[in-house]
Amino acid sequence: MTAGYHFSQKHILGINHLSPEDINFILTTAESFKEISTRKIKKVPTLRGHTIVNLFFEPSTRTRLSFEIAAKRMSADTFNISAATSSATKGETLVDTARNISAMNPDIIIIRHAFSGAAVMLTRYIDAAVINAGDGTHEHPSQGLLDMMTVREHKGRLDGLKIAIIGDILHSRVAHSNILGFTRMGSQVFVYGPATLLPKGLDHLGAKICSSLEEAVKEADVVMALRIQKERQNDPLFPSLREYAQKYGVTRDVVGLARPDAIVMHPGPINRGVELMSDVADGPRSVILEQVTNGVAVRMALLYLVMGNS
Amino acid sequence: MSENWLLKNGRIIDPVNSVDQQKDLLIIGGRLAAAGTPVPENVQTVDASGCWIVPGLIDMHVHLREPGEEYKEDIVSGTMAAAAGGFTGVACMPNTSPVNDCHAVTSFILEQAEKGFARVYPVGAISKSSKGESLAEFGEMKDAGVVAVSDDGRPVLNSQLMRRALEYASDYNLAVISHSEEISLAQNGVMNEGMVSTRLGLRGIPAVAESIMVYREIALSEYTGKPVHIAHVSTAMSADLIRSAKSRGVRVTAETTPHYFTLTEEAVEGYDTNAKMNPPLRSEIDRQAILSGLADGTFDAVATDHAPHSSLEKEVEFDLAANGIIGLETAVSLTLALVRDGIISEQRFVELLSVNPARILGVPGGALSDGAAADVTVIHPEMEFEYTSESVVSKSRNSPFLGWKFRGRSVMTLVDGKVMFNILP
Repeated sequence: MTAGYHFSQKHILGINHLSPEDINFILTTAESFKEISTRKIKKVPTLRGHTIVNLFFEPSTRTRLSFEIAAKRMSADTFNISAATSSATKGETLVDTARNISAMNPDIIIIRHAFSGAAVMLTRYIDAAVINAGDGTHEHPSQGLLDMMTVREHKGRLDGLKIAIIGDILHSRVAHSNILGFTRMGSQVFVYGPATLLPKGLDHLGAKICSSLEEAVKEADVVMALRIQKERQNDPLFPSLREYAQKYGVTRDVVGLARPDAIVMHPGPINRGVELMSDVADGPRSVILEQVTNGVAVRMALLYLVMGNS
Repeated sequence: MSENWLLKNGRIIDPVNSVDQQKDLLIIGGRLAAAGTPVPENVQTVDASGCWIVPGLIDMHVHLREPGEEYKEDIVSGTMAAAAGGFTGVACMPNTSPVNDCHAVTSFILEQAEKGFARVYPVGAISKSSKGESLAEFGEMKDAGVVAVSDDGRPVLNSQLMRRALEYASDYNLAVISHSEEISLAQNGVMNEGMVSTRLGLRGIPAVAESIMVYREIALSEYTGKPVHIAHVSTAMSADLIRSAKSRGVRVTAETTPHYFTLTEEAVEGYDTNAKMNPPLRSEIDRQAILSGLADGTFDAVATDHAPHSSLEKEVEFDLAANGIIGLETAVSLTLALVRDGIISEQRFVELLSVNPARILGVPGGALSDGAAADVTVIHPEMEFEYTSESVVSKSRNSPFLGWKFRGRSVMTLVDGKVMFNILP
């Protein structure tokens, strides 16, 4: 840690806003919090009296539960608003919803939204700290951080690694956060997927675009498969899930190209047999459930750190 | 108020009459007086020292929102903004509610315009309700006063309909203005496709979505021999296509806007909905190509695509925000910057904003000829001001230029010799 370093982020909107020092500090804080979740009494009083609102405009099981568990283990009061029960269904604008919630003086608003930029937009209208829990196809910073934490635990470092990310980069906020995060920490990110799912200008984010699965995965330290979103059928992105699984799916043979100690990751939820085969997902290289465990620790750290700055 | 004016000591720039010299301009009874005409007793004198005096500027592409969306703008407020920005005439696009696709709507617009502050030239729809299915009644709309036809806001996707529109419009000497966009490529994009859209996670609109359609319009114009005008050009490839078409004699004309030659996709950073328009702000390479096209004559006109929207349409998620920005009050300042940067001459400035729009639309103006109606714009090329939300004359505030400090602006606008705007002492 650099001398005189001070974590100064009020909001967590994206990995793009975080410096390498910030990322290191968040991960180190998360590592120290991880133990709390293994205690018999999984609760510390750190955020007692703080109000945290989970504002979820998009369905989510894992991320929402993870944030809620993180908040409760820190003794914060948490409130959940989901799209189905919110005023959005009555035609209220996001700005009005935010202003109304803000009028009840929450300390942190955690937002998940289908549109990119929704979290950034909230910060213009409210005083509370905002944590982006995934906005459109922009960023999912807490996922990027928990992925980095998991890699650091296994590899002991975040620099000089080869990270292979396979699949739908175009629609993946997780991929965007990870490309920004791992490259910022000194690793190289190799991406591969159908050309239709690799967005323009990806190289400007720092990723190396590969022309074959082999090129991407060979000697990799980490192999990450991304979820194919079956609901995107209006745009002819690839012919069929069957062909996708054959040509782009992460199989045992594919993982065999990576380093012998490579780990396999997936942000979930998995389409088993499409982007990731079951024997790999459940195999010895898979750290998918560790990612979920670390998610709670990372989110505890984020809540703690943004509160320390308010 | 007297319609006799003496504008003293200004620099008169009138390319059509090959005039660029410091001299007085005399207006008698709302008309431009010939040199040597005795100055009448009841004349109001204005000291225009340091100013340019040019033929009234004409914005050939605005949205006045009336009828139907008067909470955003109406014909009176829109023409007031026009006069404040130095425009004596504006061509208003037909995508109102109802669409201006028949003589009744055209007549209504012109009736409202009588209370306005600038001449209003209605543009009729190409297709009924701008649905792209069948031709609107060009003949009747022409009788009612339209000067051009366009389905602006959306493209004419059916190529046969566009061909017929070019042919039929020529019977009535109506300019056909193309909103060039291949919808299947633009999909539901909300900004230029490229590095910034990827970084921000916003759906992109590729530059080719515009350029492919620009090429179709050129091909149809070349085949039929009929003229076509390309609206709001934003891409380098479109500029190249237009340049090469012109060089082989195709009757294509084109406009671009101040935002395409001033801003790039980087302006969307921070999800600023005032940087959202269609076509979208493009890359720096495109911006440079637009500047080259302005310099070498590829572009005939600078138009604003003035598109007022209220906070209801703009204070929302970027994906949901309406396309468009206001532009009438910033166009002169932004285009003057090109003169100062040596990209265009003073004469070309006048051609882009007055001479050519008048010629393409076939409307009076574009020159300070003896006996013509006194539509005159006075510009102070050095006057500095800050463009603030409070200073905006338009009903709407959706501009990416709020807070910009400008050098040079329009200071007096006369239509028919009547002062519609004046900040000269």
